[in-house]
Amino acid sequence: MSLRIVVTVKYVPDATGDRHFADDLTVDRDDVDGLLSELDEYAVEQALQIADEAEDAEISVLTVGPEDAKDALRKALSMGADKAIHVEDDDLHGTDAIGTSLVLAKAIEKAGYDLVISGMASTDGTGGIVPALVAERLGVPQVTLLSEVSVEDGVVKGRRDGDAASEQLEASLPAVVSVTDQSGEARYPSFKGIMAAKKKPVQSWDLSDLDIEAEDVGLEGAWTAVDSATERPTRTAGTIVKDEGEGGKQLAEYLAGQKFI
Amino acid sequence: MAEVLVYVDHVDGAVRKPTLELLTLARRIGEPVAVALGNGAADTAAALAEHGAVKVLTHDAAEYADYLVVPKVDALQAAVAAVSPAAVLVPSSAEGKEIAARLAVRIGSGIITDAIDLEAGDEGPVATQSVFAASFTTKSRVSKGTPVITVKPNSAAVEAAPAAGSVEALDVTFGALATGTKVTGRTARESTGRPELTEAAIVVSGGRGVNGTENFAIIEALADSLGAAVGASRAAVDAGWYPHTNQVGQTGKSVSPQLYIANGISGAIQHRAGMQTSKTIVAVNKDAEAPIFDLVDYGVVGDLFDVVPQLTEEINTRKG
Repeated sequence: MSLRIVVTVKYVPDATGDRHFADDLTVDRDDVDGLLSELDEYAVEQALQIADEAEDAEISVLTVGPEDAKDALRKALSMGADKAIHVEDDDLHGTDAIGTSLVLAKAIEKAGYDLVISGMASTDGTGGIVPALVAERLGVPQVTLLSEVSVEDGVVKGRRDGDAASEQLEASLPAVVSVTDQSGEARYPSFKGIMAAKKKPVQSWDLSDLDIEAEDVGLEGAWTAVDSATERPTRTAGTIVKDEGEGGKQLAEYLAGQKFI
Repeated sequence: MAEVLVYVDHVDGAVRKPTLELLTLARRIGEPVAVALGNGAADTAAALAEHGAVKVLTHDAAEYADYLVVPKVDALQAAVAAVSPAAVLVPSSAEGKEIAARLAVRIGSGIITDAIDLEAGDEGPVATQSVFAASFTTKSRVSKGTPVITVKPNSAAVEAAPAAGSVEALDVTFGALATGTKVTGRTARESTGRPELTEAAIVVSGGRGVNGTENFAIIEALADSLGAAVGASRAAVDAGWYPHTNQVGQTGKSVSPQLYIANGISGAIQHRAGMQTSKTIVAVNKDAEAPIFDLVDYGVVGDLFDVVPQLTEEINTRKG
């Protein structure tokens, strides 16, 4: 029996770039380079490993985003995913997490799936709620924040390392999984992989393909509203001393002055 | 006055500090009604009453421990139906955010995660968030449904504000999805006796410059002299020198203590994302050009193996 895996990925502004907001208080994507969210590479990697262990598996990589987001799909395809789905529509501009989960869930259902794998969070929003939102919308179990994952006989198992305890989890497919950066180093695309990715199919869907009304997504349809975004004042230059044998004592003096000791 | 639901994070009845902070914030927007679930739920009432809960809704069932997240969503949904609150506040733990997310979808509401402050506004509660590695501060509202907001630790001071805190049993019916993800095993983390990283007032972190598992002992000694939590950069965690649960940064925990001391940490953007909102930042690093020095209130350019033990000794001497 074939195992249909959908990996959800996000195209994010490069964290090392100068990220800021556009006039409408959405993320400005024009002035900073985008890339596949690093944390999603771990999801692609785990999908590839699960597919390797399965008799017959197919990995679709799915993103919701502007034209450039195809770059994120290409990266995942060059790592080894089989095909890609790009949900793109002008009316999606400004969609929040709840809206994104609606679009993802509809697209996942349309694509057909046994297993959805996501990164633990995006590196821009960092909320980490989309996998839980998608599981709720799909009405399937969530097996999230896994540092280890495996699939056998229609059951997904994994380890979730929380603050207080490490838990072993288990759920029947279909299910939504998210993986942490502890799940295993993501592979680099090989030259062969990069060449092969160019020939892999990328499907484009818009809102009408998913039977979603424009007013349910985008900035206008968002469930949240950003009223203001203020750049944090740059910190005033601190005191820097060079250790010439008394650095520890000087630091203690500073901490005492600040009432930390 | 409108009621505000506060989800209680507790361990066998011992309420964790972020929940007490939430009660302070909840009082700004209404009357806190706490929801405590699972083993020891009723034992939370005294602490919650002392900090402003007018009512404590409790429910215990094996499902809360045996299955992941969804039973708690079912319960919180039942509480929303019973109370019709003006807002639902949940601590921003990994689990808290997942509970809040699923609840928001169910009740048709928007959700704001990782708020660092909360105030009453004309159109409902206004949440402050720190975004893009703390380079921006935003103010947001939930514009549809009952606002569901998760709040990070250290976002408010814990204030005593005695209230009735009357305990009421919450009536919960678990749905079909509640038993979807089974917890088949649980290994409790060994307690180090140090404060929880995300809740600590002081965090002492080590990075690549610490150069080895055994050397983390000097970071721990400094932390212990200050009653601090120990953090680690991703480089130190990836090298296997310190557990991932202590990682500070984009892919680890974000911390916002009164004092953050970075030792042997260069200050890459991924690390800054997790600690930049700390009130006072101190760094010790051999490299005078390390980007961390752009953030510090006080920095020492020097070898951490000289500076940190001297600092620890000096602190211990001063404490007498």
